[in-house]
Amino acid sequence: MKPVNEIHLRFQSHSVNEGFARAAVAAFASQLDPNIEELADLKTAVSESVTNCIVHAYPHSVGEIFLWAGLFADGTVKVRIRDRGVGIPDVRQAMEPLFTTLGGERAGLGFAVMESFCDRVRVHSRVGKGTSVTLVKRIAGRDADA
Amino acid sequence: MSVKISSSPQRLTIALGGELDHHSAAAMRQEADAAIEAKLSPKVRLDFSAVTFMDSAGVGFVLGRYRLVNSYGGRVEVTGLDQRLYRMMRMAGLERLVTLCKKEGKKK
Repeated sequence: MKPVNEIHLRFQSHSVNEGFARAAVAAFASQLDPNIEELADLKTAVSESVTNCIVHAYPHSVGEIFLWAGLFADGTVKVRIRDRGVGIPDVRQAMEPLFTTLGGERAGLGFAVMESFCDRVRVHSRVGKGTSVTLVKRIAGRDADA
Repeated sequence: MSVKISSSPQRLTIALGGELDHHSAAAMRQEADAAIEAKLSPKVRLDFSAVTFMDSAGVGFVLGRYRLVNSYGGRVEVTGLDQRLYRMMRMAGLERLVTLCKKEGKKK
Protein backbone atom coordinates (compact mmCIF):
# COMPACT_ATOMS: atom_id res chain seq x y z
CA MET A 1 0.00 0.00 0.00
CA LYS A 2 1.28 3.45 -0.88
CA PRO A 3 1.20 6.22 1.70
CA VAL A 4 -1.07 9.16 1.01
CA ASN A 5 1.57 11.47 2.43
CA GLU A 6 5.15 11.02 3.57
CA ILE A 7 8.10 12.94 4.98
CA HIS A 8 11.83 12.38 5.11
CA LEU A 9 14.00 13.94 7.78
CA ARG A 10 17.73 13.69 8.19
CA PHE A 11 19.35 15.06 11.32
CA GLN A 12 22.45 14.70 13.45
CA SER A 13 22.55 12.52 16.54
CA HIS A 14 22.65 15.38 19.05
CA SER A 15 20.48 14.57 22.04
CA VAL A 16 18.64 17.88 21.71
CA ASN A 17 17.14 16.44 18.49
CA GLU A 18 15.16 13.83 20.47
CA GLY A 19 12.60 16.56 21.15
CA PHE A 20 12.74 17.78 17.57
CA ALA A 21 12.11 14.33 16.10
CA ARG A 22 9.07 13.47 18.24
CA ALA A 23 7.55 16.94 17.77
CA ALA A 24 8.03 16.73 13.99
CA VAL A 25 6.39 13.30 13.77
CA ALA A 26 3.54 14.42 16.01
CA ALA A 27 2.93 17.50 13.86
CA PHE A 28 2.91 15.36 10.70
CA ALA A 29 0.65 12.67 12.18
CA SER A 30 -1.82 15.34 13.29
CA GLN A 31 -3.23 15.14 9.75
CA LEU A 32 -4.91 11.88 10.83
CA ASP A 33 -6.62 13.79 13.65
CA PRO A 34 -5.30 11.56 16.46
CA ASN A 35 -6.52 11.87 20.02
CA ILE A 36 -4.20 13.04 22.78
CA GLU A 37 -3.39 9.51 23.91
CA GLU A 38 -2.45 8.32 20.43
CA LEU A 39 -0.26 11.33 19.87
CA ALA A 40 1.51 10.80 23.19
CA ASP A 41 2.00 7.10 22.36
CA LEU A 42 3.59 7.99 19.04
CA LYS A 43 5.82 10.70 20.53
CA THR A 44 7.02 8.35 23.24
CA ALA A 45 7.86 5.55 20.80
CA VAL A 46 9.71 7.90 18.42
CA SER A 47 11.61 9.41 21.34
CA GLU A 48 12.76 5.96 22.48
CA SER A 49 13.92 4.96 19.03
CA VAL A 50 15.79 8.20 18.31
CA THR A 51 17.40 8.06 21.76
CA ASN A 52 18.63 4.55 20.95
CA CYS A 53 20.37 5.93 17.84
CA ILE A 54 22.00 8.69 19.84
CA VAL A 55 23.04 6.58 22.83
CA HIS A 56 23.78 3.20 21.24
CA ALA A 57 24.28 3.53 17.47
CA TYR A 58 26.70 6.45 17.65
CA PRO A 59 28.19 6.13 21.15
CA HIS A 60 31.39 8.10 20.56
CA SER A 61 30.58 10.29 17.60
CA VAL A 62 27.87 12.33 15.96
CA GLY A 63 26.21 10.45 13.13
CA GLU A 64 23.20 10.89 10.92
CA ILE A 65 19.70 9.69 11.70
CA PHE A 66 17.23 9.12 8.85
CA LEU A 67 13.57 9.35 9.70
CA TRP A 68 10.79 8.52 7.29
CA ALA A 69 7.12 8.75 8.19
CA GLY A 70 4.10 7.82 6.10
CA LEU A 71 0.38 8.24 6.55
CA PHE A 72 -1.90 5.61 5.03
CA ALA A 73 -5.48 5.72 3.83
CA ASP A 74 -6.53 3.13 6.43
CA GLY A 75 -5.52 5.53 9.21
CA THR A 76 -2.18 4.04 10.13
CA VAL A 77 1.04 5.93 10.56
CA LYS A 78 4.39 4.27 9.93
CA VAL A 79 7.67 5.72 11.16
CA ARG A 80 11.04 4.31 10.18
CA ILE A 81 14.11 5.45 12.11
CA ARG A 82 17.41 4.37 10.62
CA ASP A 83 21.05 4.90 11.50
CA ARG A 84 24.42 3.88 10.11
CA GLY A 85 25.84 3.14 13.52
CA VAL A 86 27.35 0.14 15.27
CA GLY A 87 24.35 -2.19 14.88
CA ILE A 88 22.87 -4.65 17.36
CA PRO A 89 24.52 -8.09 17.62
CA ASP A 90 21.46 -9.77 19.14
CA VAL A 91 18.18 -8.00 18.39
CA ARG A 92 16.04 -10.40 20.40
CA GLN A 93 18.16 -9.83 23.49
CA ALA A 94 18.17 -6.06 22.95
CA MET A 95 14.37 -6.10 22.88
CA GLU A 96 14.01 -7.88 26.21
CA PRO A 97 12.60 -5.56 28.88
CA LEU A 98 15.23 -4.30 31.31
CA PHE A 99 18.10 -5.44 29.09
CA THR A 100 20.67 -2.68 28.68
CA THR A 101 24.31 -2.68 27.69
CA LEU A 102 24.95 0.64 29.35
CA GLY A 103 23.76 0.35 32.95
CA GLY A 104 23.88 3.64 34.79
CA GLU A 105 20.57 5.39 34.37
CA ARG A 106 19.34 3.55 31.30
CA ALA A 107 16.24 1.66 32.31
CA GLY A 108 16.52 -0.88 29.48
CA LEU A 109 12.92 -0.17 28.55
CA GLY A 110 13.27 1.43 25.12
CA PHE A 111 11.94 -1.41 22.98
CA ALA A 112 9.40 -2.46 25.62
CA VAL A 113 7.94 1.05 25.56
CA MET A 114 7.88 1.09 21.73
CA GLU A 115 6.07 -2.26 21.68
CA SER A 116 3.67 -1.19 24.37
CA PHE A 117 2.71 2.09 22.68
CA CYS A 118 2.63 0.93 19.05
CA ASP A 119 0.73 -1.78 17.20
CA ARG A 120 3.85 -3.16 15.55
CA VAL A 121 7.60 -2.73 15.94
CA ARG A 122 10.08 -4.21 13.47
CA VAL A 123 13.83 -4.08 13.95
CA HIS A 124 16.52 -4.88 11.41
CA SER A 125 20.14 -4.56 12.34
CA ARG A 126 23.55 -5.46 10.99
CA VAL A 127 26.65 -5.11 13.10
CA GLY A 128 28.85 -2.37 11.72
CA LYS A 129 26.15 -1.28 9.24
CA GLY A 130 23.35 0.13 11.32
CA THR A 131 19.84 -0.40 12.56
CA SER A 132 16.38 0.30 11.21
CA VAL A 133 13.32 0.42 13.45
CA THR A 134 9.80 0.59 12.00
CA LEU A 135 6.92 1.66 14.18
CA VAL A 136 3.33 1.15 13.07
CA LYS A 137 0.42 2.75 14.84
CA ARG A 138 -3.23 2.74 13.97
CA ILE A 139 -4.92 6.07 14.61
CA ALA A 140 -8.57 5.73 15.60
CA GLY A 141 -8.82 9.49 15.90
CA ARG A 142 -10.56 11.96 18.08
CA ASP A 143 -14.00 10.47 17.44
CA ALA A 144 -12.91 7.35 19.31
CA ASP A 145 -11.82 9.41 22.30
CA ALA A 146 -14.93 8.91 24.42
CA MET B 1 12.45 21.56 31.60
CA SER B 2 12.31 22.82 35.18
CA VAL B 3 13.26 21.55 38.63
CA LYS B 4 11.75 23.13 41.75
CA ILE B 5 13.13 22.19 45.13
CA SER B 6 11.35 22.69 48.45
CA SER B 7 11.92 21.10 51.81
CA SER B 8 10.62 20.65 55.32
CA PRO B 9 12.55 18.96 58.15
CA GLN B 10 10.96 15.64 57.26
CA ARG B 11 10.75 15.81 53.49
CA LEU B 12 12.54 17.05 50.40
CA THR B 13 10.28 17.69 47.43
CA ILE B 14 11.66 17.82 43.90
CA ALA B 15 9.02 19.01 41.45
CA LEU B 16 9.84 18.34 37.80
CA GLY B 17 8.27 20.23 34.93
CA GLY B 18 8.30 20.16 31.14
CA GLU B 19 9.70 17.39 28.98
CA LEU B 20 11.76 14.61 30.51
CA ASP B 21 13.83 12.69 27.98
CA HIS B 22 17.41 11.45 27.73
CA HIS B 23 18.52 14.96 26.74
CA SER B 24 16.87 16.93 29.54
CA ALA B 25 17.42 14.25 32.20
CA ALA B 26 21.12 15.11 32.51
CA ALA B 27 20.51 18.61 33.84
CA MET B 28 17.55 17.51 35.98
CA ARG B 29 19.70 14.79 37.53
CA GLN B 30 22.40 17.28 38.51
CA GLU B 31 19.96 19.65 40.21
CA ALA B 32 18.08 16.89 41.97
CA ASP B 33 21.19 15.14 43.25
CA ALA B 34 22.72 18.37 44.54
CA ALA B 35 19.59 18.94 46.64
CA ILE B 36 19.39 15.33 47.82
CA GLU B 37 23.04 15.28 48.87
CA ALA B 38 22.73 18.62 50.67
CA LYS B 39 19.66 17.56 52.71
CA LEU B 40 19.98 13.78 53.12
CA SER B 41 16.28 13.91 53.92
CA PRO B 42 14.63 10.66 55.14
CA LYS B 43 11.83 11.20 52.61
CA VAL B 44 12.30 12.43 49.07
CA ARG B 45 9.26 13.17 46.95
CA LEU B 46 9.60 13.33 43.17
CA ASP B 47 6.59 15.24 41.87
CA PHE B 48 5.76 14.58 38.22
CA SER B 49 2.49 16.53 38.06
CA ALA B 50 3.96 19.27 35.83
CA VAL B 51 5.74 16.86 33.47
CA THR B 52 4.27 17.26 29.99
CA PHE B 53 6.22 14.49 28.26
CA MET B 54 8.28 11.58 29.49
CA ASP B 55 9.85 8.50 27.91
CA SER B 56 11.86 5.75 29.58
CA ALA B 57 14.52 8.29 30.56
CA GLY B 58 12.06 9.29 33.30
CA VAL B 59 12.09 5.74 34.61
CA GLY B 60 15.88 5.84 34.63
CA PHE B 61 15.69 9.15 36.47
CA VAL B 62 13.58 7.64 39.26
CA LEU B 63 15.79 4.56 39.43
CA GLY B 64 18.92 6.70 39.80
CA ARG B 65 17.42 8.88 42.56
CA TYR B 66 16.17 5.75 44.33
CA ARG B 67 19.71 4.36 44.40
CA LEU B 68 21.12 7.58 45.80
CA VAL B 69 18.44 8.04 48.48
CA ASN B 70 18.50 4.36 49.37
CA SER B 71 22.28 4.57 49.90
CA TYR B 72 21.76 6.66 53.05
CA GLY B 73 18.60 4.82 54.14
CA GLY B 74 16.03 7.32 52.86
CA ARG B 75 12.81 6.57 51.01
CA VAL B 76 11.44 7.86 47.72
CA GLU B 77 7.86 8.54 46.73
CA VAL B 78 6.79 9.50 43.23
CA THR B 79 3.65 11.60 42.92
CA GLY B 80 1.55 13.24 40.22
CA LEU B 81 1.75 10.34 37.74
CA ASP B 82 -0.80 10.18 34.97
CA GLN B 83 -1.88 6.81 33.58
CA ARG B 84 0.89 6.70 30.97
CA LEU B 85 3.75 7.60 33.34
CA TYR B 86 2.40 5.18 35.93
CA ARG B 87 2.35 2.41 33.33
CA MET B 88 5.97 3.05 32.34
CA MET B 89 7.11 3.05 35.98
CA ARG B 90 5.32 -0.26 36.52
CA MET B 91 6.98 -1.76 33.44
CA ALA B 92 10.32 -1.39 35.19
CA GLY B 93 8.97 -2.79 38.46
CA LEU B 94 9.56 0.50 40.25
CA GLU B 95 6.56 -0.10 42.55
CA ARG B 96 8.76 -2.55 44.46
CA LEU B 97 11.36 0.13 45.18
CA VAL B 98 9.45 3.37 45.61
CA THR B 99 5.91 4.49 46.43
CA LEU B 100 4.01 5.39 43.25
CA CYS B 101 1.09 7.81 43.52
CA LYS B 102 -1.19 8.70 40.64
CA LYS B 103 -2.58 12.18 40.12
CA GLU B 104 -5.29 13.36 42.54
CA GLY B 105 -3.54 11.64 45.42
CA LYS B 106 -4.81 8.22 44.41
CA LYS B 107 -2.38 5.66 45.80
CA LYS B 108 -1.10 2.42 44.26
